Formats: sequence, C-alpha cells, structure tokens
Amino acid sequence: MDEYVLVMRHEDGKNLVSPEQMQIWMKQTMDWIGGIAAQNKFVSGTGLPFEDARVVHPNNIVTNGPFGDIKETIGGFITVRAESVDEAVEFAKGCPVLQGEGNSVEVRRVASR
Amino acid sequence: MNQEIIPHLFRTEFRKIATVLCRHFGIDHIETAEDIASDTFLTAIDVWSYKGIPDNPTAWLYTVAKHKATNYRARIKSFQDKVLPSVDIEQSYQPDIDLSADNIQDSQLQMLFAICHPSIPAESQIGLALRILCGFGIDEIANAFLSNKETINKRLFRAKEKLRLEQVRIELPSEPAIGERLETVLTTLYLLFNEGYYSESKDAVLREDLCDEAMRLTQLLTENKRTNLPAVNALLALMCFHSSRFPARKNAQGELILYQDQDETQWDYTLISKGAYYLQQAAQGHTLSKYHLEASIAYWHTIKADTTEKWEAILQLYNKLLQISYSPIAALNRTYALSKANSNEEAIREAEKLQLTNSPYYFTLLGELYKGIDPEKARANFEQALPLAKTQADKHLIAQNLLKINGNCL
Repeated sequence: MDEYVLVMRHEDGKNLVSPEQMQIWMKQTMDWIGGIAAQNKFVSGTGLPFEDARVVHPNNIVTNGPFGDIKETIGGFITVRAESVDEAVEFAKGCPVLQGEGNSVEVRRVASR
Repeated sequence: MNQEIIPHLFRTEFRKIATVLCRHFGIDHIETAEDIASDTFLTAIDVWSYKGIPDNPTAWLYTVAKHKATNYRARIKSFQDKVLPSVDIEQSYQPDIDLSADNIQDSQLQMLFAICHPSIPAESQIGLALRILCGFGIDEIANAFLSNKETINKRLFRAKEKLRLEQVRIELPSEPAIGERLETVLTTLYLLFNEGYYSESKDAVLREDLCDEAMRLTQLLTENKRTNLPAVNALLALMCFHSSRFPARKNAQGELILYQDQDETQWDYTLISKGAYYLQQAAQGHTLSKYHLEASIAYWHTIKADTTEKWEAILQLYNKLLQISYSPIAALNRTYALSKANSNEEAIREAEKLQLTNSPYYFTLLGELYKGIDPEKARANFEQALPLAKTQADKHLIAQNLLKINGNCL
C-alpha cells in the first residue's frame, strides 16, 4: 500500500466567509477525514492557516502570504494510505473544498523511502 | 474462627506483602516474594485456627512475613558467604523490611512499572499484575481470561523468567523514559479494565473486581507527582464513567441491557462526578491522548437525552480518535454517531466502505441503520450477523431484532 498526499487548493484564499459558513466547512472537513480514518487509511494531515504566511522569492525577497499575484493557495493537505491512485482519488472526491468553484485537490504519491 | 477474615485479608494484604518483599529482594526473587506472602497466610490459617484471631491480624501477618523474609535473607546470605565469598560489602548491608503504608504504596507503584515492561506481552503483564499487585489466585485469573490454570501458570512463569533475564529494575523510570514506559502501563491498566468490563466470565463479582483493581492502580498513579500526568487522569475518568453504568447494564438474569434501554436512575452519579473531576484534571497541559477522547465520549454517554449537540460532539470525538488510534469498534461506533448527527443514509454509505465483514457488529450496525429504511435489507444484515456472533448475549440481541422485523413484516 502506498501513501498519497491530497493537496487542497483554493481559488482565492482572500475571499472572506462568515463564521457560520466556516463552521459548516470545518465540520464537513472533519467528517471527511473521520471517514477516511474509519477505514484505517488516514496517515496525517494539517490545515494551513493564512495568518503568518510568507512567500520567499529569489534574492531573499519576502512577501506577506501566498497571495498577491498568485491567485491559488494551498489550504491544507492530508496523507492517506491507498492501494492505488484510483483509491486515493476516490478519497479526494469527498473533500469539501471541491464545493468551491475553481478549487481543486491534487493527488500525489509519496516517493517511497 | 471467623471464616470470612482470611480471604478478606488475603485480598487486601497479600499484594502488599508480595510487592514490598519483591521490591526489597529484587526481581530475581519475585517467586520467593510470592511464596513468602502465600506461606504467611498458610501459617495464619494454622495458628489462628487453634489460638484464635489476634487483636491486630494485619500487624500479625506483617510480623510473620518479616520473620520469614529475614530467614530467607539469612539463607541466601550464608549461601553467598560460602559460595560467593567475594561479594561486595554493600550487598551484605540490608535495610529492614519496611511494611509501612508509604513504602507499600511506593513498592506497588514501582512494581507496576516493573511488571508492565515492554519486554513481556500485554496478556502476561495483566496476569502478573493480577497476581502480584492485586493478589488474585491463579484460578481467578484463569476464570477471568476464560482459560485454565496450566496455561496461566505457564504464562506467568515465562513472564517472570523474562523479567529476570532482562534484569528489570523495580523503580520509577527516570524522567526522559517515564512517558514512554507510562504508555505501556496505561495500556495494561486499560486492558485490565476492559477484561473486567467486557469479560464473558459468568462471575459478576470477579468482573467488577477486575475493574476496581484497574481503577485502584490507576488512582495510585495519580497520587504520585511524577506519574500524575494528563493521560493518567483521562484514563481514570474513562474508567469512572464506564463503571458508573455497571449496575444498569445487566438484568436480573445477567443478560446485557443495551445503553438506550438502561434505567439511568441506576447509574452511579458519585462515579460520574468523580469521572468529571479527573477529566478536568486531564485537561491540563497540551497532551491529547486516546484516553482523553474516549473519556470525553464516555462523558457524553452519561447524558441520556438524545440531542443533536450530543451526537455531533460524539461524532467529532470519534473522528479525532480514529486519526490517532484506529480500531474497528471505534470505526463502527463513529458510523453510528454519524447516523445520529447527520443521517442514516449517509451513515449507510460510510458503513459500507468499512467492509468489516468478519465482525458481527458490522452487520448489526447495518441492520440497525436499515431498520427504518429497508426492512428487507435490515433482516438480511441481521441474518449475516447471527453466525458471526460469538457470545450468547450478542446472539440473543440479534435474534430479538430478527423476531421484531419478522413480526412487523407479517
């Protein structure tokens, strides 16, 4: 069994949402991860808050946050165990991030050690 | 002679004598410590039956145990003097055998760490803990494990050999190692408790005894500054919440009563508030162990009313628990909580992904979820559960469900 990282990408991280909407997404995300963990396929994962985000460019130029010119940001990632990339894709399909237009989940196999 | 007093004293004093002596002589002499403790009680039976019970029976037992231990020490010393004349002077100095309350408590705690050593399997750790730290007889241990005396004797013998071989020291592990060793200790206490709580043994008193002993030993850990850690408090809270339902979970015939059918006036509210206290103690610091999550789930179950808030909280706790510690039973319980917090339809979809097809509980869960939606599928699932069920209680419950469904279909 291989490990795959599911990278959650948001179209635009600057879009403000209401706390109520945020709470609904949080619950959906927790239920999604719980469902993967219930199949004993969850390895690890984390959300990536936007506060204190920095981007380092060539020549040591540091900018605030992964925003500005880049429209797409990474909201978090989880690592799962899966028999195949297809199984990992099935997990990704349940990700609540995909409810947002333009968002995506990238599925990448972790290079074996 | 009062027939009750010796078994009673055996229950409370054997373990104290055995652990103090073992701590005194070292792990090499673990069997001798046990033998001297047993022997002390044999002497008591002999002497008390014609001289009567002394005024202070406990003090009498301690004096006799000390006397026997001193004799034993003299024997090994003379052996060492003759055979090993070169032993250093340090070894010839031996402090008195100290059966004070403080030393008994310290010895129990240190022995707990020695016995819960990662070099021996968990079931042997539980067996040894029951024998040495709880003073259980071999037949009681065999009964609890649904095994026989020979198997238990062999298991304990091998475990003691291993502890000797590993030269396990009877002490509290040092600071960096204590967290890791404590994890093994907590696992053993957790299993010991579950052994009592879920045991198939017919002996109800014995089952409660196992749970009480697990709680006593966990409490011991909370009474020492170095071992009074959040995970320990969380485990104790979990045990308190579970134990609070002891009187309510069996009917007069000894049959299991499901949670939703229990009479909550029979729950022990003193234990529930004790559990709440330890859960609060557990909240200090930043550790979130599986015991924290399981204790919080058990806490929510002490509130009988079925609210969305309750099931949503339980669902999120299971979501977290499964991330740090997967088990099939937690996966099934999570799916049940999902049906209560979200919907039966969603829970059925999630349940079918689990594919725990050799567990009767997998099919009883599906049967339960399909009940209001599709009685045919509910029946089919209960029928698949029936041949997989291992205990009489489970078979009985499944059969009752089938009867009910068939009754409704007629």
